[in-house]
Amino acid sequence: MEKIFQKLSLSSASLVLVILIGIFITLFSAAKPAIEEFGLHFLVDPTWNKEVPVDSTGSTLDTTVNNADENAIEDEDDMILDEDEESLTKTLYGGLVPIVGTILSTLIALTFALPIAMGIAVFLAEIASKSISKFVGMAIELLAAIPSIIFGMWGLYYFAPIISDTFGGYQVSLLTAGLVLGIMILPFMAAITRDSMNTTPDVLKESAYALGATKFEVVKDIIFPYSKVGIIGSIILALGRALGETMAVAFLIGAVYSLPEKITDPTISIPVAMAVNFGEASGLGESALFYLGLILFVMSFIIISIAKFYFLKKVKL
Amino acid sequence: MRLLLNKIFLTLSVISALIGIGFLGWILAVLFIKGLSSLHLSLFINDLVDGGLRNLLVGQLVLASLAGAIGIPLGMLAGIYIREYGRGKYPELIRDLSDIMMSAPSIVIGAFVYAIAVAPYGGANGFAGILALTIMMVPIIINTTDSMLSLVPKELREAGIALGASKYRVILDIVIKAAKVGIMTGILLAFARIAGETAPLLFTSETSNYFSLDLTQSFPSLTVSIYNLANEPEESSRDLAWAASFILTMMVLVINLLGRFITRNKHK
Repeated sequence: MEKIFQKLSLSSASLVLVILIGIFITLFSAAKPAIEEFGLHFLVDPTWNKEVPVDSTGSTLDTTVNNADENAIEDEDDMILDEDEESLTKTLYGGLVPIVGTILSTLIALTFALPIAMGIAVFLAEIASKSISKFVGMAIELLAAIPSIIFGMWGLYYFAPIISDTFGGYQVSLLTAGLVLGIMILPFMAAITRDSMNTTPDVLKESAYALGATKFEVVKDIIFPYSKVGIIGSIILALGRALGETMAVAFLIGAVYSLPEKITDPTISIPVAMAVNFGEASGLGESALFYLGLILFVMSFIIISIAKFYFLKKVKL
Repeated sequence: MRLLLNKIFLTLSVISALIGIGFLGWILAVLFIKGLSSLHLSLFINDLVDGGLRNLLVGQLVLASLAGAIGIPLGMLAGIYIREYGRGKYPELIRDLSDIMMSAPSIVIGAFVYAIAVAPYGGANGFAGILALTIMMVPIIINTTDSMLSLVPKELREAGIALGASKYRVILDIVIKAAKVGIMTGILLAFARIAGETAPLLFTSETSNYFSLDLTQSFPSLTVSIYNLANEPEESSRDLAWAASFILTMMVLVINLLGRFITRNKHK
């Protein structure tokens, strides 16, 4: 019995390793056709689902087709001409637009959430009385528990109109997606930051107060330096979360494959590309989506590892 | 000057807290107003095809519960291994990997399950949805079990061993019992979290307009249907989506508060 139980628990634990390796292998093998077809050029190619003519050997006739929008228009003319003599075409997929969209929306989210999350953490850890801190802390945690699809719907119908009235541009845009994403990671960031701040020994704070320091000075000169590592870890962890968020962004980013020129332009992110296009994709298109998924997985894996193992090792969460 | 700076700083901090609460209040207010105005008793009787939500509510609960039924024992066993049995570097590795998986993008897990359980099978099915939710849930349970077991004093284990109990008896009868409340809370929070997930279900279970308990076919899911309904142009679909969102959020928040309530009572 003892042996069985031990084996059972060991195999359950090993399942984590198996699944993780399984995810890597599966994503990689599903992405393989696209990886072989586009290679690393996929990362800098802004075209998506675009048919281009190929010669009989199967290689693309015009390789500059991917580089600029002006070229793309010319090439479309070329393509029609080419089709008269050569009817072979292939479809090009590139990941630049979703990759840029993911990074930019995450950056907007961080810029928006960072100061507010720090403010909330300071409020919870240092300013509020115990009962108020408990109440506000609970409210913030409930905010974190709301399913992301609710954030998306609320964002689309209530938040986006206000943002587009204020900043102009479309209702669905990089900006609204980034801001709602920011609201979503706010509670998470605030909670970990507060926990890091709480690790500051009271003796240090009390000595500073005894010397006549104000709250601001205590936070700036004692708590921040002391809990800096944990705070940076929480920021990076929140960044990792924001990268992979799907549903809220799916409502708000617009889901168009074009590089945004302004912050109020619609674009697309990797999770949204997968959510929106997976259903109708097949063959190379599906493989390209898996390629995007692999990129996202590796990106978040690295970011979360850095946060957890470099910065948050000391802070017990 | 120092005092002024301090005042500004404190004000900004309080404003941030108000912003946080403000957003929560705003979202809840929208949910209550839009949700309650489109909430009818008939929603619980009819299926989506007749303009109701019954099949979706049942479907989502079935998916989340079965994921829990698989994920909870697996996660607890793995957590027990890490904390009680593991020696050397291996349990550390599992703990770290599980932590990473906890924050892995849910859509990627959906894509993974699609590749192993939907594409080979030939279509969306309920089992795939359950698998995706289970993969989401296990790391959370591992994390909870691991940290709750670490709070159990070593002396309890030693006392059990001294009485001649075998190790697994000590773990099941003493250690787990001592950590019961914390683990319960963790399980409730994990359940609340996966019950509201959409992305892993999008192309695994998909959703269905009809009542179904057949896990070999595409399976009704509340969250996926909310996504579809919210994107439809008709006002009536969107109202239905709001009613569904209201029910979903209330469910998630109640489970969440319940979990917190249990822990608080224990520590009184």
